[in-house]
Amino acid sequence: MASVQSSRQFSTFFLDGLYFGVEVLKVQELIRYQEMTRVPLASRVVRGLINLRGQIVTAIDLRRRLDMPEREADRVPMNVVVRTDDGAVSLLVDEIGDVVEVHEEQFERAPETLKGRATELVTGVYKMQQRLLLVLDVERTIDVDRAMAVRAA
Amino acid sequence: MTEHEDLVKEFLIESYENLDRLDRDLVELEKDPQNKERLGSIFRTIHTIKGTVGFLGFTKLESVSHIGENLLSRMRDLELLLDAEITTGLLRMIDAIRRMLASVESTGQEGDEDHSDLIAHLTRLNQPGRAPAQAATAPSATPPAAAVAEALPLVPAPVAAAPAVPAIPAATTATPASGGDDTQRTAVSDSSLRVDVGLLDKLMNLVGELVLARNQILQFTATHTDSSFVGATGRLNLVTSELQEGVMKTRMQPIGNIWSKFPRIVRDLATACSKQVQIEMEGKETDLDKTIIEAIKDPLTHVVRNSVDHGIEPPEERVRKGKPAEGRIRLRAFHEGGQINIEISDDGAGIDPAKLRGKAVQRGLITAEQSGAMSDHEAIRLVFLPGFSTAEKITNVSGRGVGMDVVKTNIEKIGGQVDIQSTIGEGTTLKIKIPLTLAIIPALMVAAGGDRYAIPQVSLLELVRLEGDQARQGIERIQDAPFYRLRGNLLPLVYLQRELGVDRVRDEDATNIVVLKADDRQFGLVVEEINDTEEIVVKPLGKQLKGLTVFAGATIMGDGKVALILDVLGIAQRAKVVSELRDRARAESAHGKADGAADLQTLLLFRVGESDRMAMPLNLVARLEEFQRTSIERSGSQEVVQYRSQILPLVSLSKFFTGADAAAADLRQVVVFAENGRSVGLVVDQILDIVSEQVVVQRRSSRAGVLGSAVIQHRVTDLLDVHAIMRKTDPTFFDTADAAA
Repeated sequence: MASVQSSRQFSTFFLDGLYFGVEVLKVQELIRYQEMTRVPLASRVVRGLINLRGQIVTAIDLRRRLDMPEREADRVPMNVVVRTDDGAVSLLVDEIGDVVEVHEEQFERAPETLKGRATELVTGVYKMQQRLLLVLDVERTIDVDRAMAVRAA
Repeated sequence: MTEHEDLVKEFLIESYENLDRLDRDLVELEKDPQNKERLGSIFRTIHTIKGTVGFLGFTKLESVSHIGENLLSRMRDLELLLDAEITTGLLRMIDAIRRMLASVESTGQEGDEDHSDLIAHLTRLNQPGRAPAQAATAPSATPPAAAVAEALPLVPAPVAAAPAVPAIPAATTATPASGGDDTQRTAVSDSSLRVDVGLLDKLMNLVGELVLARNQILQFTATHTDSSFVGATGRLNLVTSELQEGVMKTRMQPIGNIWSKFPRIVRDLATACSKQVQIEMEGKETDLDKTIIEAIKDPLTHVVRNSVDHGIEPPEERVRKGKPAEGRIRLRAFHEGGQINIEISDDGAGIDPAKLRGKAVQRGLITAEQSGAMSDHEAIRLVFLPGFSTAEKITNVSGRGVGMDVVKTNIEKIGGQVDIQSTIGEGTTLKIKIPLTLAIIPALMVAAGGDRYAIPQVSLLELVRLEGDQARQGIERIQDAPFYRLRGNLLPLVYLQRELGVDRVRDEDATNIVVLKADDRQFGLVVEEINDTEEIVVKPLGKQLKGLTVFAGATIMGDGKVALILDVLGIAQRAKVVSELRDRARAESAHGKADGAADLQTLLLFRVGESDRMAMPLNLVARLEEFQRTSIERSGSQEVVQYRSQILPLVSLSKFFTGADAAAADLRQVVVFAENGRSVGLVVDQILDIVSEQVVVQRRSSRAGVLGSAVIQHRVTDLLDVHAIMRKTDPTFFDTADAAA
C-alpha cells in the first residue's frame, strides 16, 4: 500500500568517500570546525567538547565510530549537530552535503558488502543517481559505551 | 481542568500544609497542654478542613475530621486535657486524613479505607468520663487502640521556638485571624508568593548563561580600554553578581523545612521503641538551595531515626549509667567556610570501635590485619561500608544494613562530605559538610598536559610550590610511591598528567602541589601550572562521558574554551590514595602515635660502615640530606656543614660505632635529627629505604647507641638510639635554653 509519507528528507555528509545521511528533523545545525577540548580517559571515539553558544556539546568522531581509517592530518572535520534526549551531540564528518529528499521506491536493505560497525549503525540504503545514501541511526551512533574504549585501547 | 478539579487541587495543597502544621502543633501542645493559643489554632485548622471537605462532598473525610474537631473543641474549652493517648489518637487521625487526601489526589475519591475503628477510638477518648486534670499522669483505663507502650508521658523540655510559618516564598493560607499567632502569620503570608519551581530553575539557568557571557565580556576589558566601555562592563559585572545572588536566594529554603517533621518522627519512634527522646534544633533558619534540600532530606531522616532506634538507650539503662532517662538528639546547622555544616548528635550509647572491627572482619569486609592497623576513628567510619549493620535486631525502622552507606553516597553525590565521631557511653555525632551551591562554584584553575582543569575550591586545602632542589629532597618514596612531607605528615602524591594519561608539556624544575581533601584523607595533586581562582558555572557531561569518575563536569572559561572540572574523590580513588582502608605503608605524623610495640612503625633503614644495617623511627627524622665532602668544614673538633643559613653539626655514625671514618665518598648522606630547635646531621654510609613494619625488639643491646636488634625486611637490623648517641657526643644537645638568669 502506498504510505502517506513516501518521501523523507536527510541531511547528508561524507566520510572516507562514503555518503551518509541522518533524518533532517534530528539535525539542529551544521557548523564548521570548532575548537575542541579533549577529554582524557574517554573512549577515543569522543574527540572532545565544544562550546556551542554556551552549551557544552560532546563531539563524536564518526570515522572512529565506524572503524574507518583516520582522517588525513591536514583535513579538519565539520560538525553535524544532532538533537538527542540527553542534549545536543556533534558528529564529526569529512564534508557536509546537501539536504536531499528520497522516496520509498529508492529504499534498499543495507548491502552485504557493508562491514563491521557500519552494519549496526546503518539502518538502510537509498539508491541515488550517482551513489548510495547510507542512513545512519542517530541514537545508536551516539551511544558510545565503554566497550569501545577497551577495544580501542 | 474543570473548576471543581481546580478547587480540589488548591484544597489539596493547602490541606497538606495544614496537616504538616497540625503535626508540629500537636507535638508542641503535648509539652504544654493548656496553651490557649495553640489549642485555638489547632481547633481552627481542623475546623477549616472539616468545612472544606464537607463543601467538596468528601463524606469520609468529613466524619473523621468532625470527631477530631469535637475533641479539640472540648480541649479548647478546658473540659478535657491533652495527654499522650489523645495526642497519639489525633496524630492517627491526621495520618488517616493524609491517606484519604492522597487517594483523592490520585483517584479523585477518598479511598476504601474503613475508619470506623479510628472514629470509635476518638469518640471514646472524648467521653465525659475522662478526668481532665489527671489525664497527664494516670494510664488510661480502656486499653488504647494505638500502641502507646509508656506509662510515663514524654517529659516536656524547652525547645527553640518552632516557626509557625516556614520562611519560603510560598503562600500559607491565612486562617481567620483571631489570636496573637494569627495576625503575625497573616502579615508574613501577605508578603510572599507561590512560584513554580520549574520557573525558578529556568531563571537559574539563564543567570548561569549570563555569568558566562559576563565572564567573556570581562576578558575584553583587558585589551579594550575605552572608558565608557569599561564603565559599562563594570556595571554589567555588578548587576550580574547581584542578580546571581538574588536568584540563588529565591531557591533557598531554610533547613527548618526538613527539620520540622522530625519532632513528630522522633515522638512516634520513641514511643514505638519504648524510649524517651527529645530533639533540639539549632540553626533552623540556615538556608539551603532547594536541590540540596531534596537530596539530604532522606539521609537526615535516616540518621535521626537511627539515633532513636540504636543510639539512645532505653530509660532504665540510661538511669543505670547515670544519665537522664530522656535521651537528647541535637541538630545544628550553620554556614562556615563557604559550606553548610549540619551536625546531628545524640547522647546515647555511642559506637564501639572494637565491636565494629569485629563485625567487619566477621563479614569479610576487611582482613584482621587491616583491622589492627586502623585507628579508632577509622574503625568507627566502618559504618559507612555497604551492607554493614551491627544492630543486633533488625527492626523495621532501621538496621537493615542499607542505611549509612547510602547516606554517605547521597551526600557525596552532591559534593558533600560526611564524618562520624563517637565516644562509647557518651554519644555519637555525625558531621555533614555540603557546598552552598551546585551550579556556580569557585574553582582553582590548573594545567596539565597542555590543558586546563578546574578544581572545586571546596576540596582545596593549600598550595605548595617546590623549586628544584626542594622537590628532589622533599619527595620521598615508600615502596615506589611518591610522598611529600608536609609539616611532619607524609602526603601521598598523585601526578595529574599521569592519572589522565597525557604527556607532560612543561619541563620545569619546579613542582606544583595542590593539597586536596577527599573523604577524610589528604593528598597532593601534582600539576604543571597553577593559575587563578575563578567562579565557574558547572555543566554536566553528556552520557557518553558520565562513566568517567575523575571528572565532575565541565565549564566554559572566559575565553570561550571548554575546561573539564576534576572530581577530587574520583581522582583520589583512581590513584588509590583513598580506599575504605589504607593498605599502603602509612605515614606517622611527627607527633607519633601512642601504640603498642606490636603496631606498624615507619622506619628509615641505612647502612653504617661496611655492612651494618641500622634503623631509626622515621618520625625522628627531620630531613634526609646529601652534602659534598668538600663542603664539610671543621669547627674545633666537630665537623660541620653550612646548611640553609645554619651551621649543622655532623656526627659520623661509622666513626661512633667502628672508630673508622666513613668510606671516602664524594657525597655524604646525612640524616638530620632535630629536637628542641637544635639539629644535628648523622652521617651514614648509605640510606637504604623507608619501610613500614611491625617492630619486635628481639635483643636488647648493651652497645652504646643501640636500642636493640630486630628482624626488618628479613634482615637483622640494629635500632639506633639517637638520644644516647647525642648524649655521648654532645651532652649539651638536649639542654633547653635556660631562661636568662
